[in-house]
Amino acid sequence: MQEGNVSPFYRVDEDHHAEGGSTMLGFWLYLMSDCLIFAVLFATYGVLGRHYAAGPAPKDIFELPLVATNTAMLLFSSITYGFAMLAMERGKVGQTQTWLAITALFGLAFISIELHEFATLIAEGATPQRSGFLSSFFTLVGTHGLHVSCGLIWLATLMAQVWRHGLIPANRRRLQCLSLFWHFLDVIWIGVFTFVYLMGMLR
Amino acid sequence: MLSDHSALSPIFGRLTLDAIPYHEPILLVTFAVVALGGSCVLGAITYFRLWGVLWRDWFTSVDHKRIGVMYVVLGLVMLLRGFADALMMRAQQAMSFGAEEGFLPTHHYDQIFTAHGVIMIFFVAMPLVTGLMNFVVPLQIGARDVSFPFLNNFSFWMTTAGAVVIMISLFVGEFAHTGWLAYPPLSEIGYSPDVGVDYYIWGLQVAGIGTLLSGVNLIATIVKMRAPGMTMMRMPVFTWTALCTNILIVAAFPVLTAVLALLALDRTVGTNFFTNDFGGNPMMYVNLIWIWGHPEVYILILPVFGIFSEVTATFCGKRLFGYTSMVYATLVITILAYIVWLHHFFTMGSGASVNSFFGITTMVISIPTGAKIFNWLFTMYRGRIRFELPMMWVLAFMLTFVVGGMTGVLLAVPPADFVLHNSLFLIAHFHNVIIGGVLFGLFAGINYWFPKAFGFRLDPFWGKISFWFWVVGFYCAFMPLYALGLMGVTRRLRHFDDPSLQIWFIIAACGAVLIAIGIAASLVQFYVSFRNREKLRDVTGDPWDARTLEWSTASPPPSYNFAFTPVVRDIDAWTDMKLHGFERPLQGFRAIHMPSNTGTGVILSGLCVAFAMGMIWYIWWLAILSLAALLWVGITHTFNYHRDFNLPLSEVAATEDARTRLLEGRI
Amino acid sequence: MSGAAHSDHDAAPAHGSVKSYLTGFGLSVVLTAIPFWLVMSGALGSNKLTIVAIVGLAVIQIIVHMIYFLHMNAKSEGGWTIMALIFTLMLVVIALSGTLWVMYHLDENMAPMSAEDGRNMP
Repeated sequence: MQEGNVSPFYRVDEDHHAEGGSTMLGFWLYLMSDCLIFAVLFATYGVLGRHYAAGPAPKDIFELPLVATNTAMLLFSSITYGFAMLAMERGKVGQTQTWLAITALFGLAFISIELHEFATLIAEGATPQRSGFLSSFFTLVGTHGLHVSCGLIWLATLMAQVWRHGLIPANRRRLQCLSLFWHFLDVIWIGVFTFVYLMGMLR
Repeated sequence: MLSDHSALSPIFGRLTLDAIPYHEPILLVTFAVVALGGSCVLGAITYFRLWGVLWRDWFTSVDHKRIGVMYVVLGLVMLLRGFADALMMRAQQAMSFGAEEGFLPTHHYDQIFTAHGVIMIFFVAMPLVTGLMNFVVPLQIGARDVSFPFLNNFSFWMTTAGAVVIMISLFVGEFAHTGWLAYPPLSEIGYSPDVGVDYYIWGLQVAGIGTLLSGVNLIATIVKMRAPGMTMMRMPVFTWTALCTNILIVAAFPVLTAVLALLALDRTVGTNFFTNDFGGNPMMYVNLIWIWGHPEVYILILPVFGIFSEVTATFCGKRLFGYTSMVYATLVITILAYIVWLHHFFTMGSGASVNSFFGITTMVISIPTGAKIFNWLFTMYRGRIRFELPMMWVLAFMLTFVVGGMTGVLLAVPPADFVLHNSLFLIAHFHNVIIGGVLFGLFAGINYWFPKAFGFRLDPFWGKISFWFWVVGFYCAFMPLYALGLMGVTRRLRHFDDPSLQIWFIIAACGAVLIAIGIAASLVQFYVSFRNREKLRDVTGDPWDARTLEWSTASPPPSYNFAFTPVVRDIDAWTDMKLHGFERPLQGFRAIHMPSNTGTGVILSGLCVAFAMGMIWYIWWLAILSLAALLWVGITHTFNYHRDFNLPLSEVAATEDARTRLLEGRI
Repeated sequence: MSGAAHSDHDAAPAHGSVKSYLTGFGLSVVLTAIPFWLVMSGALGSNKLTIVAIVGLAVIQIIVHMIYFLHMNAKSEGGWTIMALIFTLMLVVIALSGTLWVMYHLDENMAPMSAEDGRNMP
């Protein structure tokens, strides 16, 4: 362990903590805290989700085909992000950038569909102010959407950074963090479409 | 309910000249005092040409030690504000009987008790605890710094930004009238249409981000940066409690963020989460905020348990009794912290099954806590106890905290709680555990680690004066509240009709005055210690003959903490080194890789204050602009890949040689 | 892992392969399609049965995502990520079920605020 070292109490060789070695763990911890934010929003929806205040119920406003399309967009963006990571593994800058761009397109599609859905609901009078159910619905789904939007901004930033510096270790770490973030949002969306949309339709 | 946004000024939102409370003499005097004191401080900084030093070496510093010290300074400054509120409340309650109305009008009194609670928990106890963890943990685990040094600086400035927002509310607009947790429906826009609750929400949101990020940072540090040989079960107890505390922070603060965001939506957008109509449910807020609130209690007390463990072992000259049981007790408390939250609202009407579940889990917590108390007692048993200041605080803690813990178990019995809920008995209980536990522990920690941070001890004479005034003052101030609570007096009252109660409040007010003398004495202690610093100087780096790694390096430690990474072979690593012939290395130094200072944290948190002000006063252009600027500065910062530098060998060698000469000069 | 060009790479979690990504994708497409089909067609007849089925499928799909997309395993970061995940899931369960339990009992025990609120209670 300490060859050529006079003392067993300290080490002469430097840097046993590789640079950026804590980043993935730190980011994972952040994701866990984010997960608890969503837990609170799910709990709020669970408690208030049936308080319609004589307003519309899920059956009146949800359109499952639209939700299914949206889910498909998110799923496609997941696999394309996965391909971007694989291209990054092989050190192919061009391929990585292409897959990232495709991911961004799917993400944009998801956000656009969600905004369209929200706009339709609001136009129908099903506004967030209408009832406890709608408040908690808009907040839960909207918070997820906000996360996806932040992910898109981050994705654009990373593409610029890869374009400028290539796939250097720092950029790889960042792409891995975004990968965790992006797939984590998928997992949240599974909860959203199951508990909010599908189970809402069964009421 | 949406307030009428069309009546807002497009430039100033709802901010008008009326928001400046020039018609309130008390606030005017406060403002004058603060302005005078502030300009004295600023003037002194300018006169002594300290701005450059402050900016370069402190504000922009990413050194965990300096950030830790800044947290503690923030906590102590805010303690003065929070305590001023306490004095005003005690004075008001002591005089406001029968025909006498006291000196505080209702709306002012309500703001004071709200601000007192918010400031004491979020901006005194939290920064002090975080500061000590920040300073001590990397040193204790033999690391150069935390995992994310820039994030650490940013977290500190976000906490400060939250404090700044709360302080602005004193002079521009008003603070919440709602009590420190801002329960709806009172905190909804219909019942609190003014900016008070918005100050509360945005101040805490900004500070909460800082707290959460520093939690992530310290967990990653403890998990990833430990010196070789330091397995989990060789970590010092303070590091263990810091780890559990930060786990609690990362797992609890998101809940606070979410629930305050929902309240903010209710107030600004007009959603119906916690309203009384349209399907909202105010009780949901109470439920959610206590899911955060109860772990918060343990966030404060756990690291302090760690401080007691370190201090007891050091000043008894013995290894801590029952290290393993101490670690497991801490872990058990960490888990249990999440399944007791309902005991804060037994009376809300959940029924027998729910109440008995949470009553029992609450009582169960006293078991691991009791185990800790016994461990400290057994450590003291047959130890050579040195009654230095830190140890005195530990003893005061043990006596006081047991009383507070016992009354807590009383309150955990749901039927008893139906009698005592929201009474002064409850107030006495939680002050008993927070002052007698957290604050006494923080004083123990400050007295214990001060020589490590600055290289000289704190003056023991004034420390002892402060100690006795605090302890006697505490008992004098809060024991009467137990009696009053049992007589049925509820909390947050501004005026009383029954004159027979007055004597109790007068005694309590006298206690508050004694505590005020205690605080003054500790300020004198800092001043006297600084003046006599040459006499109190410690060159060894180990003034207390302590047991953990932070005492193996110089006081104050060099920026890189350790010239060589220590190797740990035992729980009490430094004692092990001292016993087995550790020789301080005198040569073979190398250049050391260090993170660079950056002003980005200061800029980002300043923008956060601007954003919060925009949201509070409905100045939408300000909110949008500062949010855009936040994004811009944040993203630009990520384009900077050169965030570190090599501390050259010559500098490391010079620092270490200087220490060698110091040590030789002494021997 | 790709070449030794980047030494810090070994510390990073494994990324799977084209095959594992495609497996994960295929599984999640199926696991998404089935619940949508169950709800839209009403194939199971009873609502309760459908709810049990879609919740079960959601749990499976979450696990699939964790394994194939998030590359969770017991070894990454010395087991700390999986530990953090388990701890978080435990807290999510406590917070969710606790909240629902507490709030359900409140709704049961406390009188509704108004006649209109009463009508809208479950």
